[in-house]
Amino acid sequence: MPRIGASGFAALLLGFAFLYAPIGLLAIYSFNASKLVTVWGGFSTKWYWALLDNRLLLESLWVSLRVAFASASIATVLGSLAALVLARHGRFRGRTLFGAMIYAPLVMPEIVLGIALLLLFVALGLERGLLSIIIAHATLGMCFVAVLVHVRVKMLDRSLEDAAHDLGAGPFTVFFTITLPLIAPALLAGFLLAFTISLDDFVLASFLSGPGSTTLPMRVYAQVRLGVTPEVNAVSTLLLAFVGLVLLTGAAIAQRMRAV
Amino acid sequence: MPQPLLQIERVSKAFGKTLAVDDVSLEIAGGEFFALLGPSGCGKTSLMRLIAGFESPDAGRIFIDGRDVSADPPHKRAVNMMFQSYALFPHMNVAANIGYALKRRGLSAGMIGQRVRDMLALVRMEGFEERRPDSLSGGQKARVALARALAGEPKLLLLDEPLSALDRKLREEIQFELMQVQRDLGVSFLIVTHDQDEAMAMASRIAVMRDGGLAQIAAPRRLYEKPASRWVARFIGDANVLEACVREGAASQIQLEIEGALHLVVDGADEAFHPGASVAICVRPERMNLHAERPLTGNVLAGEIVEIVYLGASISWRIRCDNGAVVRVITSSGIDGSFERGARAFISYAPDAARVLCR
Repeated sequence: MPRIGASGFAALLLGFAFLYAPIGLLAIYSFNASKLVTVWGGFSTKWYWALLDNRLLLESLWVSLRVAFASASIATVLGSLAALVLARHGRFRGRTLFGAMIYAPLVMPEIVLGIALLLLFVALGLERGLLSIIIAHATLGMCFVAVLVHVRVKMLDRSLEDAAHDLGAGPFTVFFTITLPLIAPALLAGFLLAFTISLDDFVLASFLSGPGSTTLPMRVYAQVRLGVTPEVNAVSTLLLAFVGLVLLTGAAIAQRMRAV
Repeated sequence: MPQPLLQIERVSKAFGKTLAVDDVSLEIAGGEFFALLGPSGCGKTSLMRLIAGFESPDAGRIFIDGRDVSADPPHKRAVNMMFQSYALFPHMNVAANIGYALKRRGLSAGMIGQRVRDMLALVRMEGFEERRPDSLSGGQKARVALARALAGEPKLLLLDEPLSALDRKLREEIQFELMQVQRDLGVSFLIVTHDQDEAMAMASRIAVMRDGGLAQIAAPRRLYEKPASRWVARFIGDANVLEACVREGAASQIQLEIEGALHLVVDGADEAFHPGASVAICVRPERMNLHAERPLTGNVLAGEIVEIVYLGASISWRIRCDNGAVVRVITSSGIDGSFERGARAFISYAPDAARVLCR
C-alpha cells in the first residue's frame, strides 16, 4: 500500500477535523458535570443516567425503534423486488425511466416527499401517526435498499441461477437456494441503512407524526427549543454511536460481499 | 436405425434482428461424443442453450429420447450442463454442489452422500466434500463442475467451452479425463467449442456451424479430408484452396483445369460435375510434395519459393504459383534436394489427395 506522506496526512486530518470536530465536541460535552452546556465542570456520566428517568424521551425512543424496524423491513422487501426486476428482467419498456425514478428520492428534497405524502394521507383520510411515518420512511428507505441490492444482483454471475435451474430447481427453488443467499449481505446492509435513515429522520416525521407518535429526533428538537441541556448531548451521542455502529456493520458486510 | 437420443428438427432462434440459429437439424445418438464447432458468434452457444431449455425455439422442435421437449423448462429436461465459468455455487461446499440435483429430487441424505462420494471418486477428488469452491484450483473446479453435472444421471451432458479457463497443460489433462469419463459412463456428451483441436481430439462427430447454420456434420477425419465447402476447408486446419474449371466430371474421376494444366482428381465424390463448372479443390499442405525438377506425370503446380520455415520435424514452405495463388506445403525435414528462397519449385499431389468443392 502506498504511503501518503506528511502533507497528505495533514490534509486528511484537516478534512476530518472539519467533519468530526463539532460531533466530537458534542460527545465530550455530554460527559460534562456542569449544567451549563458551554462551561466545563468536570467529567460525569450523570446525564446518561438522567436519560433513564426521562419518560418522554424513552417513549420516543421506543416509537423510533418500532418505526425504524417496521419501515426498514418494508423497504427491504419492496426495494429488493424493484432491484431484482430492474437487474434481471432484461429490457422492458420504460426500464431506463424506472431505473432513474428509483434513484430520484435519494436526491429529492425530503421536504417535498414529506408534503407529497402528507397530501396523499389527507386525501386518503389516513390518520397521521405511527403508520404514516412508517410508510414515509419505507418509501425513502426502499430507494437505498434498491440501489444496494441492484449493484449486488448485477455482480451476480447469471450462470449460477442457470446452473441451479438446469440441475432441476424450479424458479422458486432457484430464488430461495441460490439468489437469496447470495444477495443476503446486500439485503442486510440495505436493511441496516434503511433502519438508520428512519432513526435519523426529522423532516418526514415532523410532517407526518400525530399525537402519541413523536419520534426521538422530534423529541430532541422539542427539548432543544427549551434550551440545550447536557441531557440532549447525551442522547445525541448515544444515537450517533448506535448509528455509527450499524453503518460500520453494514460496511463490514459489504466488504465481505465483495470478497465472494 | 435406433431412435436418436437428441433430435433437433429445423430449429430457428432469433435475438432481435440477428438470426442466431437458422433452420438447424441434427441428431445425436446415445453414447456419442459430439462437438459443435464454430467461430465466436456462429450460434453454437445459442443452439446449446436451446437444447438445455434456457431459450425456446422460434420455430422447429427438439426431441430427447423421442419426446418433444421444446416447451419444457430446463429443470424438466434430462439434460445437464457444465458451464464455461463452472458456475459452482459459492455459498455451498463441494458436496452440496454435487448433491444439489439429487436434493431437488428428494433423495435421502444417505443416498445423496453415497452418490456424492461416487462422483468425487469418478473425477478423482475424494475427500474434497467439505471444501468451498473458492478454495479450489481451476482444474479442481472443472472436475467438481463435471461431477455436479453428471450426478443427476443425465442422458445428455452439455459442455460449454469447458476447457477455455484452463492453461494448456491442464487443458490436455482435463480433456483426457472428459473422454475417459464419457467412455466409462456411456453418457452422450455434446461439447461446444471454438477450438478445433479440442473438437478433433475428443469428438466422434463434429458439427461445424457458421452464421447460425450448419456448414457440415462429419467425423473429424472426414471433416479434415473431405470438407464440404471452401469455408469449411479453410476453417478446419490449413488448406490450399485452388480455383479450377471442370473439364470432365464423372462421379469418381474428375478432370480439372488449373493454371492451364490438366489435373486428375479422384474424389470419391457423391455428385457428378458439369463440364465447364467452376469449382475449387482443397489439398492439405502435408499431402503435397515438393520437387526441384518438373515431374513428368501427375498433378503439378509450378511456382517460386517465397518462404521457408524450419519446424524441426517438418518444414513449412510457401510457394507463389505462376497464377499468383500462394500455396503452403509441409514436407518432412528430411526432404531431398536443396531448395532456396526465390528458387523455382514444383508441387505435386496424388489424385486422391484433393477434394473438389462446389461451394
